[in-house]
Amino acid sequence: MSATAPTPAPAASGRLGAVVRHRLFWPVTALVALLVVNTVSRPSFLSVSVLDGHLYGSPVDILRNCAPLMLVALGMTLVIATRGIDLSVGAVVAIAGAVALSFIATSPDPGSPATVLVAVGLALGLSLVLGVWNGFLVAVVGVQPIIATLILMTAGRGIAMLITQGQITTVTSAPFKTLGAGFWLGLPVATLIAFGVFGLVALLTRRTALGVLVEAVGINPSASRLAGVRARTIVWTVFALSGLFSGLAGLILASNVMAADANNAGLFIELDAILAVVIGGTSLAGGKFSLSGTFVGVLIIATLSLTVVNLGISPLVTPLFKALVVVAVTLVQSPVARRKLAARPRRRTSSGSPSGSSTSKAVA
Amino acid sequence: MTSTPAGSVGTEQGPERGAGPGGRAPVVEMTGISVEFPGVKALDGVDLRLYPGEVHALMGENGAGKSTLIKALTGVYGIDDGEIRVGGTPLEFSWPGAAQAAGIATVYQEVNLCANLTVAENIMLGNEPRRLGAIDWRATRRLAAGHLATMGLDIDPASSLGAHSIAVQQLVAISRAMVVDAKVLILDEPTSSLDADEVARLFAVVRRLRDQGVAILFVSHFIEQVYEISDRMTVLRNGARVGEYPTAEITRAELVSRMIGRTMEVLEDLQVRTDRAVDPTEGTPFLRAVGLGRRGSVEPFDLDVYQGEVVGLAGLLGSGRTEVARLLAGADRADAGAVRIKGAPARLRNPRAAIDRDIAFSSEDRKLEGVVGDLTVRENIVLGLQAERGWLRRLPGRQVDEIVDRYVAALNVRPADPDALLRNLSGGNQQKVLLARWLATAPELLILDEPTRGIDVGAKAEIQRLVADLAARGMSVVFISAELEEVLRLSHRIAVMRDRQKVAELTNSDDVGVDDIVELIASGGDR
Repeated sequence: MSATAPTPAPAASGRLGAVVRHRLFWPVTALVALLVVNTVSRPSFLSVSVLDGHLYGSPVDILRNCAPLMLVALGMTLVIATRGIDLSVGAVVAIAGAVALSFIATSPDPGSPATVLVAVGLALGLSLVLGVWNGFLVAVVGVQPIIATLILMTAGRGIAMLITQGQITTVTSAPFKTLGAGFWLGLPVATLIAFGVFGLVALLTRRTALGVLVEAVGINPSASRLAGVRARTIVWTVFALSGLFSGLAGLILASNVMAADANNAGLFIELDAILAVVIGGTSLAGGKFSLSGTFVGVLIIATLSLTVVNLGISPLVTPLFKALVVVAVTLVQSPVARRKLAARPRRRTSSGSPSGSSTSKAVA
Repeated sequence: MTSTPAGSVGTEQGPERGAGPGGRAPVVEMTGISVEFPGVKALDGVDLRLYPGEVHALMGENGAGKSTLIKALTGVYGIDDGEIRVGGTPLEFSWPGAAQAAGIATVYQEVNLCANLTVAENIMLGNEPRRLGAIDWRATRRLAAGHLATMGLDIDPASSLGAHSIAVQQLVAISRAMVVDAKVLILDEPTSSLDADEVARLFAVVRRLRDQGVAILFVSHFIEQVYEISDRMTVLRNGARVGEYPTAEITRAELVSRMIGRTMEVLEDLQVRTDRAVDPTEGTPFLRAVGLGRRGSVEPFDLDVYQGEVVGLAGLLGSGRTEVARLLAGADRADAGAVRIKGAPARLRNPRAAIDRDIAFSSEDRKLEGVVGDLTVRENIVLGLQAERGWLRRLPGRQVDEIVDRYVAALNVRPADPDALLRNLSGGNQQKVLLARWLATAPELLILDEPTRGIDVGAKAEIQRLVADLAARGMSVVFISAELEEVLRLSHRIAVMRDRQKVAELTNSDDVGVDDIVELIASGGDR
């Protein structure tokens, strides 16, 4: 248990308070706790071995399995930061898989890289269009995001069904299989794609002004508009990105099983994504967002799925177990609950503001 | 009802225990109250006494500690030192409900009601009469109607609250406060969005409640209103009590100098005015609106704004002055008329288009349309400039620091901490940050809608001086204020609005007085 997963280096005791107050402290603690539980139940849990030049082991599984959710949650974080929500991501996952596999299945040469490239391009293009459609409904027509994306959430699986003509389309195509099951430099290709896109977007939001403009729109849309921020364009952009990333996630998922299942591909992934965003500390009310938080949130959810298997928990109670962990994680993050649990250092400092936030007395 | 001087009036010491005006015991007695925020002592040993049947004004600049004192009294903040007695019994409030139970009701600056509920629901919320466990709606409406009647308010309790004016909503908020049979009513800036008639109406209600024996704590930046309504006042400065005075015994000049801790020099600054010796109305106007209008918002109007000119918009609340500003700023889209900028036709389809034409607009609704509260002072100041550059071209950090430092110093933003979240600043300082946001974009036309509402005398004078300076340096300004004196002091020209129409326009001079404007508003321009 010596060489464990990356933990925030517990700094010198004087800075302990700052570490505890860091917004990532509790999510990372939850992740570490999960890893510890797994290691206790199976000491070899964290060991990674090299086989055929590839890395194998539970940590690698976690990293590979979390790739689709990582992509979906990335788009979701940006959408939520603008006060929106995207319920259609699961449907887009299904559509992207259906388009790619149907194209490959009907092409004369399923194994050629060119076919796969066209299939991937088609699927991503359509996903982007679907994201743009969501963005159009929200930013231009002014439909509430939850309603606007509910339309595609329900209609999307029907569209996917139309594309696959009600069948579960399966193909054999080596290049396409690489996407979900391949390795490059010893690491899963899916992981490299997801982490690469994630890093790129993280860089884009914080190195350009995109991040702060997204936050401004999420915190106060009318003030941002009057300040000259193109709020409509920004909202439109984040929905389009969410569609695109969901499409990419759909391709990875389809490549994993080499089948397009219109009914079950990406089922409930929107809920997992929202959960990952919330665990990561981004408020559903919009505004300040944390991509690193979402990153940790996704790892927690992926680790949780593996933990269920590892602990041998019956599939019957798996949802219950997951729910309990999620309740624990959110409770420990809630300022109200934390204040109740903590000893009161000073007379009546625990008196909360009406808004229930811990910031009423905070003067930065 | 006149109040007799109470003991050690005007001294720096704590209040003397015992009888106050009329020989009654105080209903609220706060002694040595201290409240600390991390790194800031917001209140330092402050005393406050409220007697039944008096209107007590709480005076002080922004950041003097008025809000903190109110929040300490209402249990929103815990106190770090001192004692609060209500009706003689020491109280330790831990939450707002406890304060209410002790008979202390509060009406906040912004109406804190639910606009989408009915008037009756708003008034009785949480106190609905029940029958068999369910809410008895008929009784709810009947009780609400009774409370409205005692306010002298004749509106349908079943009507939706949002359908009524802010003034009526304010009175509904007071009715709501009185449902719990409050002994103490706190009014925090109740008049900041009311016009003169509505203020008179509010004051009639306040006097009635006072005569019923309610102790009223009144907070306002309008000095005249304080003199009109209050019996005594407590002045705070920098978190400490300056003194307690009967209103009749302190002059306005004394009061202001106690509030700001400086004397006549600042008061003279209050007399800042634009240099009217120059006549900017020559050549092509920077902006010319011809027949500009929007159905249901403001009738078509003509307006010219020349370079270096301050154009004042005068009129009552709801007269259309804000609507004019919004059309000029692209915040609302005009459906009639045309705008020319420097002689060339321009379409101001949205705020972005107006900003690209170097028109900046500071909305009257600071909270909803100005402040991005969860961003820092720094981010708020550069927001306009960054939006202008687009998201791809981020302002370099050094340039940001330079701009932020310059404006924080120039506008005297307090605290001078660029990393503070904007929502933690006082109203006046938030306003300064918003001004900085616009000045940083170097506009040619600055439209200021009520820039001095709800902020203290010191900040007000600073903003007025800034407007005069900017105009002298060639910036055009459209200036809107409910305070006609302010409009008169600053404007070269004044457009008078009434009933969503521009009814008159006059060139300002020393001969024009508030009465002339009032007469124009009253007569609708045809005299």
